[in-house]
Amino acid sequence: MLKVLKAGFYTTVQDEGRFFYRNKGVPVSGVMDEMSVFKVNSLLENERTAAVLEITMTGPTLVFEEETYIVLGGAKMLATLNNLPIQNYKVYQIEAGDIVSFGKLVKGFRCYLGVKGGFTAKKILGSRSYYKPITESNRFKDGDVVAYEYQQLFQPKISELKVASFLDDTILHVCKGPEFDLLTDRQLEELFSKTFTVAQENNRMAYQVHETITPHNLSMLTSATLPGTVQLTPAGKLIILMKDGQTTGGYPRVLQLTDKAICILAQKRVGNPINFKLV
Amino acid sequence: MNSPKIKIKPFGVHAILIEWPHTVNEQILEIILQYQVILQSNGFADPDWEMVPSYNSLMLVNRKHEIDHNKLTLELENYYTQLGHKDKTSKFLWRLPVCYDQEFGLDLQEVGAKLNISIADIIAMHTGAQYTVFGIGFLPGFMYLGGLNEKLEVNRKVSPRAKVEKGAVGIAGKQAGIYPQESPGGWNIIGNCPVPIFDASKENPCFVNVGDKIEFFEISRAAYKLHKIEAEVGIYQPEKIQLNA
Repeated sequence: MLKVLKAGFYTTVQDEGRFFYRNKGVPVSGVMDEMSVFKVNSLLENERTAAVLEITMTGPTLVFEEETYIVLGGAKMLATLNNLPIQNYKVYQIEAGDIVSFGKLVKGFRCYLGVKGGFTAKKILGSRSYYKPITESNRFKDGDVVAYEYQQLFQPKISELKVASFLDDTILHVCKGPEFDLLTDRQLEELFSKTFTVAQENNRMAYQVHETITPHNLSMLTSATLPGTVQLTPAGKLIILMKDGQTTGGYPRVLQLTDKAICILAQKRVGNPINFKLV
Repeated sequence: MNSPKIKIKPFGVHAILIEWPHTVNEQILEIILQYQVILQSNGFADPDWEMVPSYNSLMLVNRKHEIDHNKLTLELENYYTQLGHKDKTSKFLWRLPVCYDQEFGLDLQEVGAKLNISIADIIAMHTGAQYTVFGIGFLPGFMYLGGLNEKLEVNRKVSPRAKVEKGAVGIAGKQAGIYPQESPGGWNIIGNCPVPIFDASKENPCFVNVGDKIEFFEISRAAYKLHKIEAEVGIYQPEKIQLNA
């Protein structure tokens, strides 16, 4: 078991996501930054589907009760293993009783902690990803425990990875959304020339930005949305749906982020600049 | 009947959207569902494809692969020509109990005052209609119901509630619905349904499908309490009637 001594700001268990229930209104959930998690799981030689911890902004303090191996990735946080600093994308052996804790956030917003074999939190509707009310809790609380399987022998093929970081990227590549053609020339100009800044309203459901574009009075019937869908409200506000985003919506879907752009945005926090670029 | 024209649009690298004319119309919804059946039997199914129908659209999303939009558009157009009368979809009418007691019908008086109708008439009109499920979204198991009596059309509340109870039965504009779980919400709450619309512990967490019909019937507080307990232990089954069988 992994025991949560201090929960931190917002830590959850996430895997690839919860599929095949979107037609019942269930968000797909899953890790926000798939690219970083792919590297974490690769180093541990885990399946792609292995569940990891998604650690947002302020990290937790964790006790590992069984031996295993861990890898951190994604955001850079000052993390320690028994008070000694540890780095991202490097395999660390864990003894029973070891304590991993997280300090200052240096760059990015979401750090991932992978464990050999993945965390084995209960699967509900095919996924271990936290999402209330599908799962009982929506994030770690002090004293929570999460299961993983004891792993004594593991000889990683690669013990460390130098990765090209995208944490400083500000350009989000986008495709045209279904309502793209309804945008006026002025709105298009605004969308692709302005620099937008991430608003306080940003979480696993959606990211909003401070700047608005020209308002509209277009109406549409409620229709499907995806993680990465950029909705435009009548007031000209942009809402970028993320992994816990609703599965349908009634605002024009003007842009659709690429998979990589979702990862880049997942590492942004309030005040960070972003630009949209059409592919 | 001639099938109405469709528009097929790319929706990012993993999805494609098929759109019908912009209208809330049961015939169009039926065509969308028939088309969904055809697609499902032609390989647009697990483990790669998911479909989300809603009002006048159907989204196909491939969770694993990027899709070739040009090729897929041609395929989808071709399948659309196969639409025929024999592809009847299987649909159900669900009869759901609602308790309109003042304990649950928080906005009954306000709605009655706004619309100048008695509470008894609100209940009679709400239970007297048959509703169509045009979409499921917003929250897990939240149904977008069409078919509300025009006389019950009332604006959303000026200030939304921070917390609407699970099972709350609401109306807003032309829409009716049930909050499948506790959530913030701006609809006018007129009662509560003790039957859970969404239950994550079940393999099929939501018994309702888009295209199904819903009717409400009034129950007493005592019956509400009983059904609530029955639902909690899993022995209450809502009344279900097969349509167009």
